[in-house]
This record gives sequence, C-alpha cells and structure tokens, in this order.
Amino acid sequence: MSLVLEQLGMTVRGEEVIRDVSLRLERGTMTILLGPTLSGKTSLMRLMAGLDQPGSGRILMDGHDVTGVPVRRRSVAMVYQQFVNYPSHTVYENIASPLRVAGLKKAEIDARVQQAARLLRLESLLTRTPTQLSGGQQQRTALARALVKGADLVLLDEPLANLDYKLREELREELPRLFAQSGAILVYATTEPAEALLLGGFTATLSEGRVTQFGPTAEVFRHPGTLAAARVFSDPPLNELPVEKRGPTVTLANGRTLPAVGALANLPDGAYRIAVRAEDVTIGEGQAGAFVFSGQVAVSEISGSESFVHIGTDLTTFVCVEPGVHEREPGAAIAFSIDPQRLFVFDASGTRAAAPTMAEPA
Amino acid sequence: MRHAGRRIGLGLYVLALLLPIYWLVIMSFKTNTEITSGLTFWPRHFVFLHYHHIFNDPVWRHGFLTSVTYVALNTVISVTIALPAAYAFNRYRFLGDKHVFFWLLSNLMAPPAVYAMPFFNLYYAVGLFDTVWAVALAHCLFNVPLAVWILEGFIAGVPREIDETAEIDGYSFPRFFVRIFIPLIGNGIGVAAFFCFMFSWVEQLLATTLTATNAQPFIAVMSRTYSAAGMDWGLLAAAGVLTMIPGALVIWFVRNHIAKGFALGRV
Repeated sequence: MSLVLEQLGMTVRGEEVIRDVSLRLERGTMTILLGPTLSGKTSLMRLMAGLDQPGSGRILMDGHDVTGVPVRRRSVAMVYQQFVNYPSHTVYENIASPLRVAGLKKAEIDARVQQAARLLRLESLLTRTPTQLSGGQQQRTALARALVKGADLVLLDEPLANLDYKLREELREELPRLFAQSGAILVYATTEPAEALLLGGFTATLSEGRVTQFGPTAEVFRHPGTLAAARVFSDPPLNELPVEKRGPTVTLANGRTLPAVGALANLPDGAYRIAVRAEDVTIGEGQAGAFVFSGQVAVSEISGSESFVHIGTDLTTFVCVEPGVHEREPGAAIAFSIDPQRLFVFDASGTRAAAPTMAEPA
Repeated sequence: MRHAGRRIGLGLYVLALLLPIYWLVIMSFKTNTEITSGLTFWPRHFVFLHYHHIFNDPVWRHGFLTSVTYVALNTVISVTIALPAAYAFNRYRFLGDKHVFFWLLSNLMAPPAVYAMPFFNLYYAVGLFDTVWAVALAHCLFNVPLAVWILEGFIAGVPREIDETAEIDGYSFPRFFVRIFIPLIGNGIGVAAFFCFMFSWVEQLLATTLTATNAQPFIAVMSRTYSAAGMDWGLLAAAGVLTMIPGALVIWFVRNHIAKGFALGRV
C-alpha cells in the first residue's frame, strides 16, 4: 500500500503554492513535511486528502488514480493545528462520528471509542462537550477521532503547535506509537527541525511549494542536498558565507583568505556558498586547524539550557549555540571558530558540492 | 450621592418608556365612559368587557388567527430559504457574489408601498389574493434578505475546518448540514426567526392591501374599529394589548441573542 504523488502543481489566485511535487509514501511509515510557514505544507496535505484538487499532476493510492475522488469517499483522517471538534457533540460522539457515518454496529462503535479514549486518556471526559475541555484535551479528542477511523492516510497538520510545552512533549512521544499499530501512511507537518528529529521517520523539506529533499529524517539532516533544504532544517538559522575558491585557498567577501581544507578540499575553482549550523560554531579559538573569526556580541539569548549568541562581524552576523547558560554583554569582543570539516558547501545553483566529512557526534 | 442620582435618572427614563404601555393596558380595562371623562391612573371599574368582546367575536378571532398563520408561514419560509443562501454566500465564491449580497440588503431600503401595487396585481391574476399565502410570500421580500444577512454573520463564526472535518469523517452534505451545522448556528436561526416574525407581525400596508375578508389580518380588523361611528377606545386598547403579547413572548426566548441579531451576527 502506498500513496504516490506525481508532479503535483496547484495555483491559487495566480500564485503557485505547490510546484512539481512528486513523492512516494509507504504504508506504516511516517513522513514529516518540514518547512516554514507558507512553504506549502498545509496545501500539500489538503491535496493528499482531496480537500483541494491539484491544477496538474496525479495522486495514486495503491496504484489507483484518486485525483478527482471526493474526500468523503477516501480513507483519510486529518487533525488541524487549531483544535477542530464538533462543539455541539460530546467527546464520545465526536470520537464516534466517523464510525456512525460508516454505519457500524453500536457495540463495535462503543468498543472502538472506548479503546481510543483509553489510549488518549480521555475516558473520564467522554460525556463533556469540547468547550468544557482544555486545549490539550480538545486536541486529544481530535486525535482520537482520527485514530478510531482506522484510515489508510492520516494527516496531522502541526497538531502540537498550539499546545503548551509539557503537553507537546508528552503527545509527541505518544503519537508515532499510537498510529504505528494502525499501519497507516502517517504524514506530519511541522515548522520545527527539532520536532522532525525527535519524531524520526522520513522527512520531506518544503520550500516555496517545492519539495527540496526527501529521505530518512537523520539522513536529510546530515546531508542536505540543497541550500534550501539545509536552511529549512536549521534552527537557529544557517550561517552562510559566499566564497571564491582558487587553487589551494578560498577568499571571503572581506578579502580574507583561508586554506581550502576539510569540505573545501578537492573542489574545482569557482564561486561557492559555505554554510555552517549554529551548533557547529564554537566560542573561542577551537582546536588546531579551525577557522577563527572575531566580532562583537550583538544579542545573547538564553533558550533552556543553551545560549544563542549572535555575533556581528564584517562578513555577516553569525549565530552560535553555546551549551550552558551564559550572559554576555552586547558589544563585547568575542572570538569564535568553525571546524572546516563541518562546513556544507553549495555551488552557485544551490546544490550541495560537499558535506561535512566527519561523523556526527553522538 | 452620584449613585442615587444615576438611579433616579434611570428610573425616570424607564418610567417614560413604560408609560404608553401602562396607559394602553389600563385603558383596556376601563369602560369607554371612564376613558373619555377625565384622567384616572387606575380603572375605577375594572372591566373585562373589551377582552370578552374580542374573544367572542368571530371576526376578531379569525383576524388574530390569520395574522399568526401568515407570520408563522413567513418566518418558516424566510429562514428555510435564507439558510442555504447564507451558507453559499459565506462558504463559496461565485460570479457577482458580493454584489448580489449587497443588492439583497437594498430590498430592505424601498418602502413596502412601492411593492404593494405590483403584488396586488400579480396575486389577483394568479388567484392568491385574499389568502394567508399572499401576505406570507409578500413579506419574504424584506424578510429573506434580512435573514440571509443575519445568518451569514453567524455562519461566518463557524470555522470552515468543521465543514471539512465532517467531509473527511464521511458525512454527506445534507446529513452534515442537519446534524452538525444547524445545531452550531441554532442561536442565529432563533434570532433570524425572531426578526422575521417581528417585521411580518408589525407590517400593515402589504397585509391590508393584499387581503379582503377571507384573510383579514388582526390590524385590519383594528383599523375597521375606528372608522365606525364613534370610537371604541376600550376595544382598541384591548386589541393593542393582544397584539403585543406574541412579540413579547418571542422576545423573551431570544433575549440573550438579540444584540447579536441587530449587529447582523457580527459581534
């Protein structure tokens, strides 16, 4: 069982929201659509569901063309970012709704609703209406309704984005496990690279309506094939520098030359864009062979047990993730280093020319 | 001190508002001689004579029944037609949708007198003249647009995702509309029905022009009373009180949602 998208395209009011998307999603797998707001995640999901019709291309389910088939005749479940339930029904009726429409026997409906309610810890809330629930409980109700249906295709559109931190962590752990047993094709949209890494599975990075890369999540993270994919999969944003390679050296925009070592070695001469993730920028001189830069602290933010340091230089503003909580005065002089082994190098067209050569640290 | 002043001011205002209604009610319990003989704040002889007269006169009874019938018919027709229309105006985009939506409201701007003659002629030709249907249908002219506007506002408050979730769950459109959607805009339907009821109930010109004796509305019977030799003050007052009762009853049921209705659901 598989869902195949063939060269899908969609234009809304003269704007191309989906461009030439081709994907193959297998049963029992989870695919994460990763991309910033307006990158086309929701549009793509609506096409998969059949809520919108593509302007071009085909959608195949198990080899059958389902492009024009209306949603109500497909086996799809969807959960929105906003908590969408039927406000006038009780939690029980909300969960039972797809089964009632399918015309199942009362006893079977009850068994399945009770089971879903148990999995999502809603047993004590079944007689309430959604307005009497907290946000997390409302979203769990929506998830239970999606789960109970046993659909072939389950679409989760940023389901945890509106929940508070604690609930989010809990549900994030449970979600893949809940749907794994159903054997459905699970699609999960998110804007957060960290969430994609925690969930695992496969990831398709989206940028301006295009799928820039598709593969196992860790693989896409370690080896982004394009600059666009690398940008989407980096939070805080990727540090990028245009460079000119000639022979054994590369020249930066400010005229400084660096030895063409690490990822930069063995590349033909020409213009490149080198990029490094904030985690790979180290405060201080670093180890021997690292490229050392200096600048002033622009902003320093503390995020959990890490500190994000924004450092202004004559090239660009670098972002660096520093473990631990550090308070740094804006304007203070600071040195930082980048290991040339950890650079991504992209050519003029944005395609990867070289990737970090070192294995990922555990 | 300031508090007391405010209370007195408010009290006087409410008193001024209630005075005409109070006067109408006590008039209906006075004898005609007492009404015309001078100022009394409470009936000297409390009489039920006028009510007795109305309840026992078949013309009055028939008039009341006729009015209630065409108002109820009109309310049901208006809301039934307006509901799908309002849904379409809110959920779909079609050619000229915004213009048609505004044009609907412009129907409310023309005085009913403009339409009285064409309606009279048309209904006479098709045999609808002097039936409750004539009035019920004529009142749709201003009640359907009003109901569409009110309901559209309420429908706009229901997220589109609920429609889609129902579609995903497998609901057919009619089943979704009846089982899920209508309960969600129940308040809006109540408010729209109330406004249709009210405007149909108080409208006099079309109601009297389009009927003769068979379907004579209550107000027409009332106006007949003052053309008769001498004026039956007490009878008219009693009829007036009876006219207010259905309106008051309906207001009681929708009192919590009326403000939203006046804002056409856009609160």
